[in-house]
Amino acid sequence: MAIETAIIQEKIEQKFANKVSNFGMQKDVFSFEVTSDSIREVILFLKEEEDTNFHFLTDLCGVHYPDNMIDQQFCVVYHLHNWIENTRIRIKTYLNGAQPEIASISDIFLSSNWMERETYDFYGINFMGHPQLKRILNMDEMVSFPMRKEFPMEDNGRTDKDDRFFGRTANC
Amino acid sequence: MSELLLPPEHRYAKIINEKRNDDGSEYSILNLGPTHPATHGIFQNILLMDGERIVEAEPTIGYIHRAFEKIAENRPFYQITPLTDRMNYCSSPINNMGWWMTVEKLLDIEVPKRAQYLRVIVMELARIADHIICNSILGVDTGAYTGFLYVFQFREKIYEIYEEICGARLTTNMGRIGGFEREWSDEAFRKLDVFLEEFPVAWKEFENLFERNRIFIDRTVNVGPISAESAMAYGFTGPNLRAAGVDYDVRVAQPYSSYEDFEFIVPVGKSGDTYDRFCVRNAEVWESLSIIRQALAKLPEGPYHADVPEYYLPPKEDVYTTMESLIYHFKIVMGEVPIPVAEIYHPVEGGNGELGFYLVTDGSRTPYRLHFRRPCFIYYQAYPEMIKGSLLSDAIVILSSLNVIAGELDA
Repeated sequence: MAIETAIIQEKIEQKFANKVSNFGMQKDVFSFEVTSDSIREVILFLKEEEDTNFHFLTDLCGVHYPDNMIDQQFCVVYHLHNWIENTRIRIKTYLNGAQPEIASISDIFLSSNWMERETYDFYGINFMGHPQLKRILNMDEMVSFPMRKEFPMEDNGRTDKDDRFFGRTANC
Repeated sequence: MSELLLPPEHRYAKIINEKRNDDGSEYSILNLGPTHPATHGIFQNILLMDGERIVEAEPTIGYIHRAFEKIAENRPFYQITPLTDRMNYCSSPINNMGWWMTVEKLLDIEVPKRAQYLRVIVMELARIADHIICNSILGVDTGAYTGFLYVFQFREKIYEIYEEICGARLTTNMGRIGGFEREWSDEAFRKLDVFLEEFPVAWKEFENLFERNRIFIDRTVNVGPISAESAMAYGFTGPNLRAAGVDYDVRVAQPYSSYEDFEFIVPVGKSGDTYDRFCVRNAEVWESLSIIRQALAKLPEGPYHADVPEYYLPPKEDVYTTMESLIYHFKIVMGEVPIPVAEIYHPVEGGNGELGFYLVTDGSRTPYRLHFRRPCFIYYQAYPEMIKGSLLSDAIVILSSLNVIAGELDA
């Protein structure tokens, strides 16, 4: 079955003309980018519109690109799924590296509550309007955001484990 | 009163101070977990209780968080399977195979039919092991210890089959990119045959012990029900969702590893309560057994792994004797094989729901980003809502019927 990707693209482009870009298939999932200020509207539209009806939020996670331009250093990736038509879609939003902020969708999808907390916990991305944005897997006292690329995986002071012996550079 | 323990700004403190029952009794606070034998894992819930009834619950998770996603960013692909083992450790082969299939999707590797069927067999065995644990522990929590001890010997039999296949039991680290690391031994198939003969008898007895048992029914029917709508809103997948009446199963929706070749039904429940979850898992075990039988009957001859020498570690004896194997071995271990730049999402039907792998690569030997979509992390957030208003003893039963695995929850 599956919804024609061209139809999704046309609908979204019609409604959000200059807010969306980079449509295309990535392997088996149709994906596109949205500017961070209109993520709520796009997701709500995709969920409520009869022809698309992406009613299930499969996944939400962050990605850190420290080498990008300052306004594209964080990415929040949403995977939506329409079970009836069996179509998946991926939506990506790039955020500013100095002040990553995005509107929360926890009132559109209840399940995004903890996923947003997890993303905040690991990347420090602020989900504006989230009912309880605090750390979830790490301890509350932690000050850094451990999934950011600059956060070392291991304590640099350790001498008992030298990765060079195994052909790796330390903390590659 | 608990003023000493609780900071005054805590929302429970506010509720306790404001609300009083007619007879002057007040709400109390109970700390359930993090290490409590009845929760089967490291789960902490701070409960606000009105006598025996739960008014509010506040879960704290992360006690066994091991930063798998961070570690994965620093490990080559073939060293990530041991991490996936330790997520849902009740059904590690599903996690292992899911990870390999993600990598194969990235590298466009076509896996031989035989390897796909063998994968189906081992994944369904893992599903059976997972459901054995969940359902029998549910029995223990309602006071029926016998069923648990009785069917647990068959989990042991499953572990012995794993042992024949890969050498390990709990954290299997099974398979390679493109298939398996070795052909299954005759002993593995023999053990599988014995299992297929003995287990159904025991499972039938187990079912008879519970399904129409007065005590069990009293303890589970209408306990922790969830409607289909709220189950979907909370991101439920797997048996817990199907118990609510939604027939979504990744094996059917997006068949992987040749699941389309097999006939099986997707059992669904109605009310989404604990009893329905129990019954759906029971029924799924029968379907898994049927899938294994079909796969064994149709098992094609052929290689047990794809011919991808640049990703599949050569046998050690060849490394010492032939040049090509030595080169490939060196290249794989030193990370000099090309990895395409791509973004992959691959879902598999895990023991407790849709287990997804979101993999971003940048051309280097390690993932740029790997996110695990862990089903129980997502649906455990519905737990406070589900136990609101129920008895404390029901909260324990609901928790074990949800099949929340701490290792997967905290990744």
